[in-house]
Amino acid sequence: MKDLLWLIPLFPLLGAVVNGLVGNRRGWKHRTTSAVALIGSGLAMAAAFAAIIDWATSLGTHAVHANRVFTWIPLGPGLTADGLLANLTIDFTLRLDALSAVMLFFVTFVGFVIHVYSVGYMHSESARSYARYFAYLNLFMFAMLTLVLGANLAVLFIGWEGVGLCSYLLIGFYFEKEWCASAGKKAFIVNRIGDFGFLLAIFWAFKTFGTIDFAGMQALITADPGTYAAAATPIALLLFVGAIGKSAQLPLYVWLPDAMAGPTPVSALIHAATMVTAGVYMVARSNFIFALSPTALVVVAVVGGVTAVFAASIGLAQNDIKKVLAYSTVSQLGYMFLAAGAGAFGAGIFHVFTHSFFKACLFLGAGSVIHAMAGEQDMRKMGGLARHLPTTYWTFVVATLALAGIPPLAGFVSKDEILGKVFTAGVGDLNGFGSVYLVLWVLGLVGAWMTAFYMFRAVYMTFHGEFRGGHEAVHHLHESPSSMTWPLRILGVGSIVAGFVGIGKALSFNLDINLFEHFLHPISPALEVEHAPPLTTEWVLIGISVAVAVGGILLARRFYWGPEAFQRPRALAERFPTLYTTVANKYYVDEAYDRALVRPLAGLARFSWKGIDTVAIDGTLNASAFFTEIAGDLLRFVQTGNVRNYGLLVLAGALAAAAWLLL
Amino acid sequence: MITTTHYLMLSLVLFTLGVVGMVVRRNFITVLMCVELILNAANINFIAFSRQLGDLTGQVFAVFVITIAAAEAAIGLGIIVALVRLKQTVNLDQVSVMEG
Repeated sequence: MKDLLWLIPLFPLLGAVVNGLVGNRRGWKHRTTSAVALIGSGLAMAAAFAAIIDWATSLGTHAVHANRVFTWIPLGPGLTADGLLANLTIDFTLRLDALSAVMLFFVTFVGFVIHVYSVGYMHSESARSYARYFAYLNLFMFAMLTLVLGANLAVLFIGWEGVGLCSYLLIGFYFEKEWCASAGKKAFIVNRIGDFGFLLAIFWAFKTFGTIDFAGMQALITADPGTYAAAATPIALLLFVGAIGKSAQLPLYVWLPDAMAGPTPVSALIHAATMVTAGVYMVARSNFIFALSPTALVVVAVVGGVTAVFAASIGLAQNDIKKVLAYSTVSQLGYMFLAAGAGAFGAGIFHVFTHSFFKACLFLGAGSVIHAMAGEQDMRKMGGLARHLPTTYWTFVVATLALAGIPPLAGFVSKDEILGKVFTAGVGDLNGFGSVYLVLWVLGLVGAWMTAFYMFRAVYMTFHGEFRGGHEAVHHLHESPSSMTWPLRILGVGSIVAGFVGIGKALSFNLDINLFEHFLHPISPALEVEHAPPLTTEWVLIGISVAVAVGGILLARRFYWGPEAFQRPRALAERFPTLYTTVANKYYVDEAYDRALVRPLAGLARFSWKGIDTVAIDGTLNASAFFTEIAGDLLRFVQTGNVRNYGLLVLAGALAAAAWLLL
Repeated sequence: MITTTHYLMLSLVLFTLGVVGMVVRRNFITVLMCVELILNAANINFIAFSRQLGDLTGQVFAVFVITIAAAEAAIGLGIIVALVRLKQTVNLDQVSVMEG
């Protein structure tokens, strides 16, 4: 099975083709469409698991296994930047190693679970849009699996663009609504900015290394790090520009909150669990380039750390349940980049892994709530839903505790790992940027506090207190069908246990049982810091982060629970009106972009249209046509249609010619 | 003694008659006859120079021109018959359908 890696993305592709080209046209029944989609994604999961098991048992988990499917772009011999003759060929190669195995595992698993959930969530769609939805969802699985399995930057880029396309299609799924269609366009265009940087990075890598194969580049760097140190910084920074776009970091995060216009399972799968983590994956995948460049690393860490706090602070004042989760995703992605920037690529991927479970669970729980509320997403109109939606409530709370970082749930283990690594980088003065990392560690703690607060604010507003949605809506409340609650239960269990595979040394009293890090070590080794803090320090750190999380939860309880709920936050908002409106309006970032970029560009486009195209180009053409017409209008009087007049003119012409010749 | 100049004078008179007739007359048949005059003026020139230069090429040309004139007359008369059937007239002023 490990030699048939191409089958893994092929199954969902076939599902997408069948549902998209046949099912959609014929308007297949829901049952047929879901069978095709579930078989497509289910076979992909089975194939992925079989490949991982085969690879781990026959080659061992340290092995890098590459499958060349076909030669994609044979460029022939050429010279690299340093004058070496290289055979420039880009193969369509898929690669299975520890890193892609982790990604493969949760992408296919969470993907399949969300396919199942979608069967329940989308049941009221018409047959054709149901088929369209599952075609897009399967196509997304295909693209994401290509991205994860790609053995070189070009194959990864296909998947990268493919997931971007599917994201656009699915955000704009309800394209009859104008704001959904523009949210899709916004996501696509903002992602293009990042993709442009990524593309430049690929070109630069090609010019520098003469290959864009990960194994090839890594071999060159391992053999001679000094030669490539200079080129590593621009390549790494450009790669990171791509990651900023895809993983919604400052300043390109603006598309992700708007992406919530799509159906909720899409938000769970694409805009929380899998696609948005592609940037982190790509950084971890090219860790050997980032490791060469201290500048790039510290930039990654700063962007990640600042985004983590910035997005969390916006989440504090959002009232739309999906918007809260969206900003939480942006914030958590920031933590992943913070880890990568501190050289702990494995810790970043570990957070990707655990985050995919609890964030998917949260989104699906939110979807279940929205389903019960008949499309209402405003938490101010919810409240007291715990009685009506018990399964949703419990899974949501478990996932929230995991996200808030309460031991021993998954989010605690991975987030603590990240904060520990950042602190270590700060104390150990990684690359001479020790103080920067210490500041980022403090930011990370502030972000963790905010996370605990806004998540429990969401829990209290949604599930506790009195129902605020009116008498009619209360009769409509019902628990979701089992196709929706089982995915919640599965992911809820995942939110509890996913962390156990990566328990760090401090938590296990210096036992070496961090399976996850050992697993990933051959592919993305963490940068070693000389002065690692002693175990007692780490215990203090853990204590601090747990205290911070509990503090956030208790504050949220004080603010939004019990008879005095909402009074304190209202009083605070009245006391600091400017601060509150600024945060509630997301720091006016969208408005600033609108002023600084969108409107000038729209003005430029309008000028090109009205000024250059209509006046200059059309004007020139119309003027020449106008003068030709005038000339024709005058000259037509010569054409009398009388043959004798023509004869006379010929005679006159002949005489004139004769006179000119003779005289 | 009749010199080449005399022939050329005759040719010039015939040519002028033909051209002026072609321009001023309205009857299609007369115009066609005037065209014949122009062609024959050219023929006289050919033969006159052929005689003066002792070269037979000019006479050969004249025979060609006569042949072509015959063909042209046949086509022209055919057009006139078609025109009469269409418009019941041979007056050229009444057939200016190509006026711009």
